[in-house]
Amino acid sequence: MKKIFSYTEGLTSKTMHYCPGCTHGIIHRMVAESIVELGLRERTVGVAPVGCAVLAYEYFNFDMFEAAHGRAPALATGAKRARPDLILFTYQGDGDLASIGMGEIIHAANRGEKITVIFVNNAVYGMTGGQMAPTTMPGQVTTTTPRGRDPKEIGYPVRMAELIATLTTPAFVARVSTHSPKEIIKAKDVIRQAFKYQADGRCFSFVEALSICPTNWGLSVREAEKWLQREMLPYYPLGIFKRPEDFKEDWKHGGH
Amino acid sequence: MAKKLMKGNEAIGEAAIRAGCLHFFGYPITPQSEIPEYLARRLPEVGGCYTQAESEVAASNMIYGAAGVGMKVLTTSSSPGISLMQEAISYIAACELPVVLVNIIRSGPGLGGILPAQSDYLQATKGGGHGDYKLIVLAPASVQEAVDLVILAFQLAEKYLNPVMIIGDGMIGQMMEPVEFPIEGVGPPLDPGNWALTGCKGRPKRIINSLYLDPIQCNEINLKLKAKYEKIIANEQRWETYRLDQPYDVLVCAFGMMARICRTAIDELAQEGINVGLFRPISVWPFPYDACYQAIEKAKRVVCIEMNMGQMLEDIKLAARGSREIDFYGTAGGVVLSPDECKEKILQSLEKTQRGGKSKARGKK
Repeated sequence: MKKIFSYTEGLTSKTMHYCPGCTHGIIHRMVAESIVELGLRERTVGVAPVGCAVLAYEYFNFDMFEAAHGRAPALATGAKRARPDLILFTYQGDGDLASIGMGEIIHAANRGEKITVIFVNNAVYGMTGGQMAPTTMPGQVTTTTPRGRDPKEIGYPVRMAELIATLTTPAFVARVSTHSPKEIIKAKDVIRQAFKYQADGRCFSFVEALSICPTNWGLSVREAEKWLQREMLPYYPLGIFKRPEDFKEDWKHGGH
Repeated sequence: MAKKLMKGNEAIGEAAIRAGCLHFFGYPITPQSEIPEYLARRLPEVGGCYTQAESEVAASNMIYGAAGVGMKVLTTSSSPGISLMQEAISYIAACELPVVLVNIIRSGPGLGGILPAQSDYLQATKGGGHGDYKLIVLAPASVQEAVDLVILAFQLAEKYLNPVMIIGDGMIGQMMEPVEFPIEGVGPPLDPGNWALTGCKGRPKRIINSLYLDPIQCNEINLKLKAKYEKIIANEQRWETYRLDQPYDVLVCAFGMMARICRTAIDELAQEGINVGLFRPISVWPFPYDACYQAIEKAKRVVCIEMNMGQMLEDIKLAARGSREIDFYGTAGGVVLSPDECKEKILQSLEKTQRGGKSKARGKK
């Protein structure tokens, strides 16, 4: 019988700690499979964040760092510049990347570091117990926005993919979602493209993955998938915002 | 090898290359900006990589990454920038990675000023960041010694897998002196050993991490670090003494450039027939307590002179074990004591010994 599917070599057999219904496990698998399919496992070094995915270093089956909160892109910058032959990626949540690590991500993107960033946006702080994130939706109730996020008081959610796509340097910027099998198949393809660009020597690639958090949203998995579609998708449109092919190297004339 | 006239900051940059360091990450700040400027020019010439980070926070995490993949790496900054690096320093120490940091100290607290000071002594030697960790901290008193200690710093970082910090004041960074480099060309690369993240080809995956949620395991990690620090304490104390071979009533304790200024004062006093001893720690962590005590024991009184409000003073008191009165004189804000002022302070201490202000130990007899 022909084997058509097996557990990826890119993940260890360690049982993941994620809550039931959480999509971190799926995103881990898509990252691991992409790296294995591209033949990069033995020269990949991943950087885990602080947040729900803090233990990602236990799950990925290749060399892993654990970074300080928000600093993964700086750490990956140092590692990649010291060893350009390695494949470097960071795996970060919305508190890590879009709040405390905003400075590090923007500048790593703008320098065009030859790294891949996987950004998981579930509109809430997960590990610390459901506080407001920079990506929390207007009106969304969290433990620190008990009356719902009020944009008049605390501003609107940050659209990281669009923000990074405004920069001239980054090569590949995309947003995918994980709310349905169809979207997950598309997401996998985009994540694989991001790693392929790095392997081809292209600079900075960034994939934002919309994710559900049934535990902290206080919803069942089905309800959470619907909430993501209804509340998040109109504000966080899916798509590829930037490709290396769009980039014309005209820095001598002042950029574009 | 011919001597070359070089500015302290540039000599420090060149010394790192001679030590085999080809990677630098940093952020401009006075009075150390000549180090990144020098390396931005020089590193590409020797096949290295210079990167200007967006902040000291980022620079310090970049060296975490570069050391983690097994490369010799340097960052340099000055006081406010070093404060921003404390987070990463704690992680790097916890992960046992070999990095070298240089702090060309300017006056504080807060934004302070841009002139020389020694007011980051406690931050460097007693922690600075969170958790139980130690840096090896070396304090040069000349441009030549800064060169030698930078090279030593890379060796010690690799030997103990521990961050090493050079603390110099703004004077060391800014002044020009003749220097000789003991190594020609670019020194050897780091041995990546069995810890560096080099890709898991032909071996199980490796993890560089400082998270230990299991309290027993976290305790064990702390005990392992403590055992390493005890080894460093046993093996790596360095100091210099001056004029201890003749009887002295007063011992001066000073480090870095302040010790050099005191030495001039001591020479002038010697010409006047007054012998004064000098004890200068070179490794301020591990602090040479026993050697310092031996020097203190022969004196009636000790004077500690620093460009701060009394930081190494705490270590001198520990070294003295309550056996002597210790006078302190210090300036801050970039005010540098002249040899004449040091002389005056030394003479004041001497006068106290003659007025019958004997040491505590002798007073009890």
